[in-house]
Amino acid sequence: MWALPAVARGCVACAVVAAALCAAPAVRAGTAAPWAATALLAAVCAACERLPRRTLTLPVLLAGAFLLPPAAAALVAVPGALAGRVEQRPVWARRWWHAAQLSLAACAASYVFALTAPSGAAFTAALPPALAAALAFSLAAAVLDGVIRFTAERRSPRAAWCGLLPGALLPALVHGPTGLMTAVLWRSAYGPLAALLVLLPMSVSSWFLDRYERERAAHQATIRALVQAVDLKDRYTRGHSERVGRASVLIARELGLAGERLEALRFAGILHDIGKLGIPTRLLRKDGPLTPEERRVIELHPEYGHEMVRGIGFLDEARAAILHHHERLDGSGYPYGLSGRQIPQFARIVAVADAFDAMTSTRSYSRARPVATAMAELHRCSGTQFDPHMVDALEAALEHHGWHPTVTSEGSLLTECIILPSGNVPSARDSVTGATLHGGEG
Amino acid sequence: MSAPSKPSNATLAVRWVHAAAAAAAVTALAWTARGGVAQPQVAFAYGVLITLGEAVRRRPTATAEARETAPVGAAGALAYALLGEVGGRPTTHGPAQVVAVVLAATLAGALGRPPARDHLARRLLTTGFAAVCFQPLHNTGALDRWPGHSPYYAPFLLLLLALTALCDAVLAAALSRARTGGPYGPALRDELRALPGIGTAICATGVVMALAVAVAGLWALPVFCLPLLLTQLSFRRYTAVRATCHQTIASLARSTEIAGHTPAGHARRVAALSRATGRELGLTEADLTVLEYAALMHDIGQLSLLDPVPAGATEPLPPAERRRIALLGGAVVRQTGVPSEVAVVVERQADPFREQPLTARIVRTVNAYDDLAGTAACGPLRALERLRLATAHDHDPQVVEALARVLARAPCPPRTPPPDP
Repeated sequence: MWALPAVARGCVACAVVAAALCAAPAVRAGTAAPWAATALLAAVCAACERLPRRTLTLPVLLAGAFLLPPAAAALVAVPGALAGRVEQRPVWARRWWHAAQLSLAACAASYVFALTAPSGAAFTAALPPALAAALAFSLAAAVLDGVIRFTAERRSPRAAWCGLLPGALLPALVHGPTGLMTAVLWRSAYGPLAALLVLLPMSVSSWFLDRYERERAAHQATIRALVQAVDLKDRYTRGHSERVGRASVLIARELGLAGERLEALRFAGILHDIGKLGIPTRLLRKDGPLTPEERRVIELHPEYGHEMVRGIGFLDEARAAILHHHERLDGSGYPYGLSGRQIPQFARIVAVADAFDAMTSTRSYSRARPVATAMAELHRCSGTQFDPHMVDALEAALEHHGWHPTVTSEGSLLTECIILPSGNVPSARDSVTGATLHGGEG
Repeated sequence: MSAPSKPSNATLAVRWVHAAAAAAAVTALAWTARGGVAQPQVAFAYGVLITLGEAVRRRPTATAEARETAPVGAAGALAYALLGEVGGRPTTHGPAQVVAVVLAATLAGALGRPPARDHLARRLLTTGFAAVCFQPLHNTGALDRWPGHSPYYAPFLLLLLALTALCDAVLAAALSRARTGGPYGPALRDELRALPGIGTAICATGVVMALAVAVAGLWALPVFCLPLLLTQLSFRRYTAVRATCHQTIASLARSTEIAGHTPAGHARRVAALSRATGRELGLTEADLTVLEYAALMHDIGQLSLLDPVPAGATEPLPPAERRRIALLGGAVVRQTGVPSEVAVVVERQADPFREQPLTARIVRTVNAYDDLAGTAACGPLRALERLRLATAHDHDPQVVEALARVLARAPCPPRTPPPDP
């Protein structure tokens, strides 16, 4: 709590006092207040606060606002907010603030609904007041959000409220009718059980969204694992794949690519060397120059990679980037010796990104070169090896965004530990073989 | 329970289901045509809802989780079957009209797509079952005596929903059995296990829609439509990313084949056969997923070897070497996003079966079978024989017998990997 600025602390205290004042009439009313309904709704609300995305809290609070007098509606959110999960410190200040914010918003919504809705109105007649009340709820919550950002995080008022409003009002339009339906069924002969079933579709939807996010994280981890499987074999490439992915995205944005194509290109950049999994480890780590025979084997890696990701549907045209990222504009590259426009656009992008990162990162056989030197080298080879458009795009992107090569992903250390006991670590520093692999030096 | 059955039995069951659905559809249409449509505007509103739900539906995928891919359509159909009142006025439609409206709306929504006959048959029979249970009781006034308009009405509808879900599970098991070719018992057990899941939650939305329409009139339909469409959208995104994740893991599995560590199609074959064996042993769907991922990646540890193992078969290697490869593989698997149980299965590959979890025993035995059966000197039968001889220490006798039963049903597993979708 003491990490907060004094203004913010005062702000939290004011909000708590205001919420308490709002709820006071219910306490004064004693047994006349609808305590049973309030307690049931508060219990439901507390359960909803524990759900992963808290999507159900809003409809429950709105149903409370439509069912209960303002003072009681203010109490519905309190137990859930005080018992809820808080990840960041200061925990109790956040909990009290959350409770007060929801109470005040629910109280405001209840006032608006009581003022505008005729008593005992049918569903259709109550719908516009319910939407107005839901908007009042979101507005109050957003205003309070802005206040706490302004005082606690010292953002400018513009930054505090900017971007908050349209996004905050949209859920109200979805949840307002749901909350009203809950309230209507609650009052009907079928009772609270039927009313709570109204929340089911929303909870199913948020359950799927939660699973979606988890599965997405799993997918990204799996892609990383694929890349680290390459690291197990070829030890030049620490973090190289991720950086090539990032540089490819920089170039592609400059060229105006967006959406799914951009995402596919990022993964193509990350996975461009995946075919090295198919090359014998002994060859990848060989000391000294390669024989022509060995070089031919290593030059198979784009085809291996293409074969491997064949089954990954979403990569689509980005698979061509994996197959052709060692083609050269003058037709002297591999595997097919394509030239000029025959080389797919994605492959031309990844080739430039690959070479750029190979030059600007430290390898065991060479030190990292400065970005300017690398760009000069790329310009020298553009037209023969690289597509000049892509080189220009990279230069423009670097001017806009800069280049921040954050070093290796944290998993690499782990792989290092795994390899050590197996006796697979090469004894001496590896030699120039990597230069031919990454082909960046022209 | 799990007596091996001929595939013809399974296809016969599917024909029966289709025939029953067709008979129900014809009867319902004839009945409705004779008696006319009662309360056409209500029928029209529900018809539009179901059509909309079907129109935004995707073709169902073959994964087990895609049980109900049309939440709007499913909930709407059930809501119409259980509808007793609209805004306080009692409805007069019978079960025949429910089936007719659902049939027409589902077909209208699926225009321009190849007909999903299984889906339509299930939808018609399930909805018909719910309507036959509910509408006669409602139309004769029996429901007004009990539960009437009381808080017991919702639990009563939920009870009907449970019966309907059971009926649906029986149908789904019959249909999925024809697809996977397994015995009926495990298929029904899978369906029953999935009952308290998401499909039932979606159907429960149908119940609450019926109640809400009874209280608030037809305006309740659009209110429920939006969350259900959101559900459909998030479900679609979820299945898409799930499929992508599966494809990526399959690619990771193929890397050992491309590197020449394992014979082509090995990981895929072990995964398919492990899944079948696990199903035979009665594993849950979650365990089967773990099993499949572990089987796909069980050879990953070989990637860190300097030289490939001869023919990729780890089975003839000394135990210490096998254990080392297993541990290396487990470490790689831990970095992927799959559940940590998968890594445990991979790590424990080389342990004696009494120290392994069941999933690891299955993968080990199936892997050994595929390694042995692939060599020219030792065909499938002698491979099984050698596994049976090793049941003292290495292989679980129950797993070996389950594998033998699975192999007896489909004697020649494909030696070439199936083409990619």
